[in-house]
Amino acid sequence: MTVFGRVARRLREDRPLQGTVLILPGLLWMVVFLIVPLVLIVVLSLAWRGAYGPVDWGANAAEFAARLSLDNYVRLFDPLYLGVLWTSLRMAGLTTVICLAVGYPVAYFLARRASRGRQALLFLLLVPFWTNFLIRIYAWMLLLRTEGLVNRGLLFLGLIPEPLQIMYTPTAVMIAMVYEFLPFMVLPLYTSLEKLEASLLEAASDLYARPVRAFLRVTLPLSLPGIIAGTILVFVPTMGMFVVPDLMGGARTALVGNLVQRQFLAARDWPFGAAASMVLMALTLAATLIYTRVSGFGEELVV
Amino acid sequence: MPERANGAPTIVELRDVSKRFGETLALDRVSLEIRDGEFFSLLGPSGCGKTTSLRLVAGFEIPSAGEVFIAGVPQGNRPPFQRPVNTVFQSYALFPHMTVYQNVAFGLEMRRVPGHEIQRRVAEALELVQLPGKETRWPRQLSGGQQQRVALARALVNRPKVLLLDEPLGALDLKLRKAMQLELKALQDRVGLTFVYVTHDQEEALTMSDRIAVMDHGHVLQVGMPSEIYENPANRFVADFIGETNFLVGRIVGLQAGAARVEVDGLGLWARAGSGVPSSGTATVAVRPEKIRLSREKPEARNAFAGRVEGVTYIGKDSDYRVRLGPQVVVRVRVQNSAAGEAGGIGEGESVWVAWPEEAGRVLLD
Repeated sequence: MTVFGRVARRLREDRPLQGTVLILPGLLWMVVFLIVPLVLIVVLSLAWRGAYGPVDWGANAAEFAARLSLDNYVRLFDPLYLGVLWTSLRMAGLTTVICLAVGYPVAYFLARRASRGRQALLFLLLVPFWTNFLIRIYAWMLLLRTEGLVNRGLLFLGLIPEPLQIMYTPTAVMIAMVYEFLPFMVLPLYTSLEKLEASLLEAASDLYARPVRAFLRVTLPLSLPGIIAGTILVFVPTMGMFVVPDLMGGARTALVGNLVQRQFLAARDWPFGAAASMVLMALTLAATLIYTRVSGFGEELVV
Repeated sequence: MPERANGAPTIVELRDVSKRFGETLALDRVSLEIRDGEFFSLLGPSGCGKTTSLRLVAGFEIPSAGEVFIAGVPQGNRPPFQRPVNTVFQSYALFPHMTVYQNVAFGLEMRRVPGHEIQRRVAEALELVQLPGKETRWPRQLSGGQQQRVALARALVNRPKVLLLDEPLGALDLKLRKAMQLELKALQDRVGLTFVYVTHDQEEALTMSDRIAVMDHGHVLQVGMPSEIYENPANRFVADFIGETNFLVGRIVGLQAGAARVEVDGLGLWARAGSGVPSSGTATVAVRPEKIRLSREKPEARNAFAGRVEGVTYIGKDSDYRVRLGPQVVVRVRVQNSAAGEAGGIGEGESVWVAWPEEAGRVLLD
């Protein structure tokens, strides 16, 4: 038998081997595009900025290794940078809460609808996704500018004496971020709510629960997996967001993402930027872990 | 068999109720009266309107016409949480995010019953359905039969005026279903509640009910005790739906004092005839297979006919014989294998005699 034949036969018989072979492409991808860059960033965060260039590589590898230190992290403990971190946490949190408050009724309405209308509405919700993200941000900029449609409309209706300054404020950043991430909240919520059997609500009603109490005691707890998924899907990206604050927040709004962005581009201090992004990652991970520990992932709700 | 709840007041009434879903008429001017304390079944094939009727009593649907009364009070468009009835759902509908205790206690909590009394009543209800000590379990940890009992306890604990059950035994295997039928009946006896039970299984209805309403296509065809419905089906549908029946179609050639002589494909047979039966015209005679006797020798009987066995089906306890009596007439005869006696060993192709007493046949009005 040929080598190929032997290998093929071995594969057919050995189950664990089959598993390994199937995983291999995905594993390789993860290692090359996730693990390796991660290790690079970690190492980078311990290095130093060069005199002219972004990184001081030193004369050789040994010298580079010798000069590694935690100084960049120490630098981050400055009130200036801590303030940025705190602002990011606040904005991400607020965006998530608003998305939840706005998204839940939308998802509920969608889930409770008959299938025909439902598909059309879902479609409407997802259509913006087909447009480029930046273009949508620019659309918001056009709307919120002092001569933008919002201000012109309000002036025309006589509701305000002079144009509101919305652009280049944290408010503008919030509006754009909520807009961008709302579908990420609505879709998991919708999935969760859609799985809710109508008979459960009928049972609640049969057992003397008025609509509001039935919602609080049955619908809400059973939609928890959706709430958790949606929250994570909104919170994690908004923590690291830098495009929106950059374009719509002006100089005033600086989030962690912007910090990292500036270090890597403007300031050309890659190690410091790397340290900042590590802190961002750690913070996001910590928040997500605490959150899921407290709310429990909703695993016990799987019947 | 003693008649249960006879003379007891009406506890649930549907008066001329119609229900329309879009284009479909699910119920067409249905009137039903259910007496306090009885085990009342709604029986019929899928789509006959039995579940709709139940839902109208529960409050999940509102009549398009007519009125639903509970204990004499018209319900109008009262929602379920304002009606003194509870439902056991076909899918049990147990709250997956609550323990057994929380599920059973739910109705009591909603009505703000004090905590210690809830505890007592939940324990009582679980005892009643023979599931003591399962309070801390989750629904998904229980078997189908156990979940069903929790659903029952959850409804019973509220002491409703009427308990509504929507094919609750459908998901159980045969043996468990039979055991549960007896248990439910015993439970109903003990607690004295009115049970309104929806099923498509006629054997189930016959076993458990005090009275049955047979329904088809949104109409009530017959209401009566199981024995009444079985022995005196009002029409062909009921006769066909309940148990097995032979239908012999022929012409009436004579009528005297409650008995008719009907000619079927050249054979003259005698059958019971009720008051509405005309003295001539086409008629259908219904005879139950188990009322027909099979023998090798010609028997002494008014209805005795010769024929040939066309097929035999062995069904464990019984055997089912197909006997051809004429070019258009085939009857099915059900014989218990242990009581075979004179019919013992009769096989395919043999010539036999079939006979049945006059009372076993009935002329159907259609």
